[in-house]
Amino acid sequence: MAVHEGVTGHPARGSRASLIYDPKVRGIVFQAVLAVVLIGFFAWIATNTIENLRRANIASGFGFFSERAGFDVSQSLIPYTLEMSYGRAFLVGLLNTLLVAALGIVLSSIIGFLVGIGRLSKNWLIGRMATVYVETLRNIPVLLQLLFWYKAVLSVLPGPRQGYTLPFASSLSNRGLIVPRPVFETGFGVTVIAVVVAVVAVIGLAQWARRRQMATGQRLHALRYGLAILIGVPLLTFLISGSPLSFEYPELKGFNFVGGIAIKPEFLALLAGLTFYTATYIAEIVRAGILAISHGQTEAAYAVGLRPGTTLRLIIIPQAMRVIIPPLTSQYLNLTKNSSLAVAIGYPDLVSVFSGTVLNQTGQAVEVIFITMLVYLSISLATSAFMNWFNRRVALVER
Amino acid sequence: MITKLLPIAAVAAIGLLAGTASAATLDDVKAKGFVQCGVNTGLLGFGATDDAGEWRGFDVDYCRAVAVAVFNDRRAVKFTPLTAKERFTALQSGEIDMLSRNTTWTMSRDTSLGLTFVGTSYYDGQGFLVRKDLGVASALELSGASVCVQTGTTTELNLADYFKRNNMTYNPVVFEKFEEATAAYDSGRCDAYTTDASGLYSIRLTLTNPADHVVLPEIISKEPLGPVVRQGDDQWFNIVKWVHFALLNAEELGVTQRNVDDMRNSDNQEIRRLLGTDGTFGEAIGLSNDWAYNVIKALGNYSEVFERNIGIDSPLHISRGLNGLWTSKGGIQYAPPIR
Repeated sequence: MAVHEGVTGHPARGSRASLIYDPKVRGIVFQAVLAVVLIGFFAWIATNTIENLRRANIASGFGFFSERAGFDVSQSLIPYTLEMSYGRAFLVGLLNTLLVAALGIVLSSIIGFLVGIGRLSKNWLIGRMATVYVETLRNIPVLLQLLFWYKAVLSVLPGPRQGYTLPFASSLSNRGLIVPRPVFETGFGVTVIAVVVAVVAVIGLAQWARRRQMATGQRLHALRYGLAILIGVPLLTFLISGSPLSFEYPELKGFNFVGGIAIKPEFLALLAGLTFYTATYIAEIVRAGILAISHGQTEAAYAVGLRPGTTLRLIIIPQAMRVIIPPLTSQYLNLTKNSSLAVAIGYPDLVSVFSGTVLNQTGQAVEVIFITMLVYLSISLATSAFMNWFNRRVALVER
Repeated sequence: MITKLLPIAAVAAIGLLAGTASAATLDDVKAKGFVQCGVNTGLLGFGATDDAGEWRGFDVDYCRAVAVAVFNDRRAVKFTPLTAKERFTALQSGEIDMLSRNTTWTMSRDTSLGLTFVGTSYYDGQGFLVRKDLGVASALELSGASVCVQTGTTTELNLADYFKRNNMTYNPVVFEKFEEATAAYDSGRCDAYTTDASGLYSIRLTLTNPADHVVLPEIISKEPLGPVVRQGDDQWFNIVKWVHFALLNAEELGVTQRNVDDMRNSDNQEIRRLLGTDGTFGEAIGLSNDWAYNVIKALGNYSEVFERNIGIDSPLHISRGLNGLWTSKGGIQYAPPIR
């Protein structure tokens, strides 16, 4: 500020010199020049691309989205037939990517937290097992792990006729895990309402117990009552309303199982590969987060009479979370992006369906690759935004 | 993994480089001293490396034939192995000079990709490969089957159409590389494997136990396979097209690798024009007049190329069938005359 005042304080130097030496003006000029150069660069690339495509007689534009797709996809969360459009096929691929990414994030977080805490365990066996797990799987490329799960584990399973029979009429074969499909009959809606009511009641109970403890110091075993409500209320409703739920059991007909839900080996391999790989990184992040809290915190908590469980929950984890969450976000993004390796093992994700089959049938590489990149960017930015919001929520307010 | 980046690289190339499409491919090829040819990543009989690492196959010989026509050197060619998904992008971006990779000629590929099909070097059709112990005698009994297929092929679309037309259900398991699809079929992941019939014969030989598998009799589509070049370069298009016709004409006229030297002095005017003894047909397409002589001397005529790679002299034992000459063998291969 002193320099700035000094310059403006000498009007005798003339306005030209003062403008050049004004860091604010200079900053704006540089920013403007950079912006113009960047916009010009991208505009040049865009016009050049369009011109080159036109000259090479390569079809361009986004009209193909509404054309008939004409190919089938093995796994779809939404109804899809070959009569539908490329746009619909794009959605199918996108949802398959999101499905495996979301499940992968949840599972790898659970495994990662358990292993991370396990590695700090004083129990020799648990500690060593966690270490071996982390050091092995972290150091093998994820593509190899996917191929391992697909080729070495799932593909060597016996055929559908000789598959392993599991409880509840399920079976495991090289066609995947086949489980019965629940069929919801009329009247099941009452049970759904009961579940919602139970959840709301448990949340209310927990808040009431907390307020009571703050006010009176008396603790209530909210977990015990909560579980009772959560299981009891829906179960009673379900029985009273006449058990309106049946199962469609898979049956071996012709080549494959008919009926039931088939969880494809490609999906299982991808999910297992991504989960176990990413969990190693999450475990290390969790371990680092916990180790970052000095032991003095634990000792201080013990000194004021907190029990080990409460210490972990109220003292260690809240402080560790602010160390854990930013790198955890990166791992979630990595998992989502790594799911594009699905193409190697035949899982119909976005890359396989859209920038694989659709790209080939339409031949419009520029548009398809551009959209694919845009989609991954959007997914990543959305994940990132959510994690930043979560981070701000759990971050300690320092004074 | 580098090949995975190819579409992105190509997109970047199309965006950044100006005017690659209009350049004369023949001049570029002559300047660098070799033909860059896109081939299959490993389809026995059509495009695959042998034990010594040398590329061999029917499609590979078409690359070599063009190299011989231009340079009179069968080694003046470099091969780029491409998956079905990568092949057109590689040609569009100028990474390869020609594509000879059992590629089906369809209208959309010919008109909207900026590419041109040169001709049909092999008339094929799509079929199914199944295990013998399934007891299936016809493709119409495949309802409910899991079918392994490679992405980015006409096969994927024909498969969908065929099952829909016959009111059958199926479960596609789609792979990017045909090696992956083959491995999945071999391990029992799929009940059936589908691709062009020629490919099925080739793939069957690479399975753990070829005798356990059988190709079903149904051919469900037309698959005319042939070399592809970029659109807008008529000279290069003519060279590749006439190399193909020269091979066919040589067979029709009885010119073989063994007798080609004697045939140069033949009394037959057609043979003399083909081999460059008379006329200046080579110069007209920017080559030397003995271009066809060189090709036949180095690789033989169409029949020799066929039998050596996929016919009776190969493990595939594919019969000429549709690919016989129209003039003598009851097939539909037919070349315009050189005159």
